Amino acid sequence: MVEPLVVATKVNKWFGPLHVLKDVDLTVEKGEVVVVLGPSGSGKSTLCRTLNRLEPIHSGTIEIDGVGLPEEGKALAKLRSDVGMVFQSFNLFAHKTVLQNVTLGPEKVRKMPRREARERAMALLERVGIAEKADRYPAELSGGQQQRAAIARALAMDPKVMLFDEPTSALDPEMIKEVLDVMLELAHEGTTMIVVSHEMGFARSAARRVAFMDEGRIVEVAPPEQFFHDPESARARDFLGKVLAH
Amino acid sequence: MGVVVDNAGQYLAGMAMTVALTLVSFSAALVIGTVVAAFRVSPVPPLRTAGTLWVETVRNTPLTVLMVLFFFGFTKLGIQYSAFTSAVIVLSAYTSTFVAETVRSGINAVAKGQAEAARSLGLTFPQVLGRVVLPQAFRTVLAPLGSVFIALIKNSSIASIISVVELTEVADRLNNETARPVAVFLGAGMAYLLLTLPSGFLVGVLERRVAIKR
Ligand SMILES: Nc1ncnc2c1ncn2[C@@H]1O[C@H](COP(=O)(O)OP(=O)(O)O)[C@@H](O)[C@H]1O
Ligand SMILES: [Mg+2]
Repeated sequence: MVEPLVVATKVNKWFGPLHVLKDVDLTVEKGEVVVVLGPSGSGKSTLCRTLNRLEPIHSGTIEIDGVGLPEEGKALAKLRSDVGMVFQSFNLFAHKTVLQNVTLGPEKVRKMPRREARERAMALLERVGIAEKADRYPAELSGGQQQRAAIARALAMDPKVMLFDEPTSALDPEMIKEVLDVMLELAHEGTTMIVVSHEMGFARSAARRVAFMDEGRIVEVAPPEQFFHDPESARARDFLGKVLAH
Repeated sequence: MGVVVDNAGQYLAGMAMTVALTLVSFSAALVIGTVVAAFRVSPVPPLRTAGTLWVETVRNTPLTVLMVLFFFGFTKLGIQYSAFTSAVIVLSAYTSTFVAETVRSGINAVAKGQAEAARSLGLTFPQVLGRVVLPQAFRTVLAPLGSVFIALIKNSSIASIISVVELTEVADRLNNETARPVAVFLGAGMAYLLLTLPSGFLVGVLERRVAIKR
């Protein structure tokens, strides 16, 4: 049975005169992993950020689990709490310990009792392999550890879908794997994920579909084997040639 | 300096009044100033306008003018506050504008990603501000807030023009009695230093204690 969880329809967005999203259609089903890739500046981050309305759109519609994104306010906050977001630059709260980073949302948004929030947070930190860093501040962690903490923070809200915007591109090479491993595990557990990433290995083993963006459009959507082996569009072939050459 | 030693009791009482004016006014200014700063960064345009109006009118009027207008103006309107209460209200209002601008610069210094991460978790605007942005903003502006505090200690001397018997008023009255302005005001100056220097030191200590690890 097909259960669409994220449905973007004819989304258009401008930054001033710059048309950054052009009639973007994207449907992500429950339990599906979609990897978004494309050249720098093609609108991947913007698309990701419109899905929880960190960026408002000018036309089109976005629905999460059947509900259209409301205007800024309480209803939007509520909806955002169901959409986990992981940023390229981690964005852990600098003045809070790792544990406090993870418990903030459940305590203040879900109104979960402190004890329960802490127990669940510790279980999540265990799961991403940094339980021993629970009482450290973000700056005391390596990049890979910070990103895993950020993933735990997002998971603590029990989101319906997780958005990842280039989660490994700010990391030193030796730390990329530890983050991808956590993401792979999430994917295999059936977490719905939209992942902006150029990590081919991850796309091949986790994604059901790859969406290729270029100049604000989704040019091609295909299963990873097909996309990497035999892309339809010339743009994608060109892009893959450049990326794979590295 | 005999005149100072002979009147040590009056100086001490004056200092106590200066401290009282400062502490009460600063507490109120912190609250008002933080709210005004929040208004100025809020997504609601009328609140932003109100915040800007408050800062730009109150900050750009001399404190002496505000003090006289408030104390005598309200008396004319039939509303009577004591000199102390009037001084606290005016000092709080005036200082709140400097607190607001300082806190606002602190808010702007907090990385944008911090608020975005907080919004992504589903925190509402007041929660984002109160739980994530302001705690970091305050830490970065402790030093300039300390300067606002020290300025307030000295600004509280303006309360003398509506006869609040704080340090400057004590000196003024002693000068009228003794006609020894240099000695009398040297004594007052030293008494102010006894308040301002430790304040600066305490701010430094506090700043190191709450610094965010980076
Ligand atoms: N806040 C912004 N203001 C103006 N232009 C922006 C802003 N954010 C992104 N852009 C522009 O929008 C385009 C798409 O950016 P982005 O979504 O970040 O691309 P990608 O993530 O694919 O590299 C780029 O041309 C970028 O310069
Ligand atoms: Mg990007």
